[in-house]
Amino acid sequence: MKVLCIGVGNELRGDDVVGRLTVRLLGYQSLPDTTFIEATGEGAALMDAWADAEAVFLIDAVSAGQPVGTIYRFLAHSQALPSQFFSYSTHAFSVAEAVEMARVLGQLPSHFIIYGIEGENFAAGASITPAVEKAVHEVIRQISAEIHALHSHV
Amino acid sequence: MSTTTIKVDMLARVEGEGGLYVKVRNDKVQEVKLKFFEPPRFFEAFLRGRQYTEAPDITARICGICPVAYQMSSVHAMEDALGIKVEGQLRELRRLLYCGEWIESHVLHVYMLHAPDFLGYADAIQLAKDHPDAVKRGLQMKKIGNEIVTLVGGREIHPINVRVGGFYRVPTKRELLTLKDKLEWARDAAVETILWVATLPYPDFEQDYEFVALRHPDEYPYNEGHVVSSKGIDIPVQKYEEFFREEHVEHSTALHSVVRGTDNYFVGPLARYNLNFDKLPAHIQKIARDINFEPPVRNPFKSIIVRAIETLYAIEEALRIIDQYERPAQPYVEAKPRAGIGCGCTEAPRGILYHRYRIGDDGAILDAKITPPTSQNQKTIEKDVWHFVEQALDLPQDQLVWQCEQAVRNYDPCISCSTHYLKLEMDRE
Repeated sequence: MKVLCIGVGNELRGDDVVGRLTVRLLGYQSLPDTTFIEATGEGAALMDAWADAEAVFLIDAVSAGQPVGTIYRFLAHSQALPSQFFSYSTHAFSVAEAVEMARVLGQLPSHFIIYGIEGENFAAGASITPAVEKAVHEVIRQISAEIHALHSHV
Repeated sequence: MSTTTIKVDMLARVEGEGGLYVKVRNDKVQEVKLKFFEPPRFFEAFLRGRQYTEAPDITARICGICPVAYQMSSVHAMEDALGIKVEGQLRELRRLLYCGEWIESHVLHVYMLHAPDFLGYADAIQLAKDHPDAVKRGLQMKKIGNEIVTLVGGREIHPINVRVGGFYRVPTKRELLTLKDKLEWARDAAVETILWVATLPYPDFEQDYEFVALRHPDEYPYNEGHVVSSKGIDIPVQKYEEFFREEHVEHSTALHSVVRGTDNYFVGPLARYNLNFDKLPAHIQKIARDINFEPPVRNPFKSIIVRAIETLYAIEEALRIIDQYERPAQPYVEAKPRAGIGCGCTEAPRGILYHRYRIGDDGAILDAKITPPTSQNQKTIEKDVWHFVEQALDLPQDQLVWQCEQAVRNYDPCISCSTHYLKLEMDRE
């Protein structure tokens, strides 16, 4: 099964780097048939990136008013994405819209999981918050386990 | 006394954060304020002390939709200060990069942001349920714009390959040729787009605008030309501040621009089209005539048709540049720092973007001025809403609010550039 891990974010804006950091570190894990990419969150490019993937894990920062470091997991096929969750980016067509658009157009890969990590500080030039960094390691553990489980079921 | 309050607390499908307040008393509009409440970004201040070479990369960060425009205006301004001229294939590559940005930005706006308004859908996702083929076509076209920016600019958002004097690396002919088949498909898709948007229902609304755009003797404008207006202005870029000034308004963190001695003006696709129609290739002019769309066009809602026509132009221009491309021996023109003042003005997808810099002997930036297209259009947007609401007060409130938002989106405002969701508040008694 072709697996794609997409880390979305802006590495110059504090906790917004968390998606990118997660896929960079995931790349050091020994994961079968898995590709890792970092993305800005531009929707059309995201739809293009996941077009040929069978399983997608997308990781992004979230600003939903929950305690910093809170981990969210969404099954894109069974629930609509709360667009406010991923609208921190100023791009008009971003993660939530891309997922919903792909769903409407029948272009959503069959296995699509979104991990969100609640950030705190999205200021330009800020460092990642320790609680967010801690959450990265938990998300890596969970995604690694999910990818191994996917392949063991094939 | 009847009171109406139109309040759009968060204007969706515009870039950045803003709100619209409309006050109506006894069926007369008394006040319209387009409010931008994202904190000002202080880019002009923090450019001071940085090297002239850093301006394109710093200012590109002002906007994720039109970073190429910021890069282009900044490098032209610096080259003006340094006394160098970028010509030949390097100049052509800059136009190619701009083609990519226009395609990306215009297609996003036409299909994802503005078309849903005309067809009565809340957003592009709802539109896609009933018109999946149209939306797929839009996404595919936008992707080709992204690919041009990635290839020439180094990456799709905030490109990193632009420098004062040219580029860090210039593409090979073979690399550019990889775009050709896709652009040829996109050319047909762009014609279909024009014919599609031409059939949309348009509100009957025209205003006597002063249109302002660049005009170049030999080409439809991207990077160079005089600043001209439909009411007689024709000046080199260096005289921009003599003819246009900015004023602070309390309800916005963006400055309003006006023509000195008169008032508001209009920049963007409609202005470019009205002032440069004769510079479009004859067959594109013919398509415009075939859909009964010759200038002057004074209905701002029809800017969506101009965006579609300019998308076709950008695709054909990209094909022309790729066909004649020969990789230049040097990726950039050498420049040495010297004290001076330089101005640059280029056509961002939303209209002219003016930069002025003063630099010292050591190449450090001493001061900077940036006037984005949305702040130039802000006063015109407010006046449009004013006049539009007055003639549409009989509409049900929800439809009136919808059309007010649509009127704002005519300008594809990039609020994040001009300072920075749009909220609409209608106060009606």
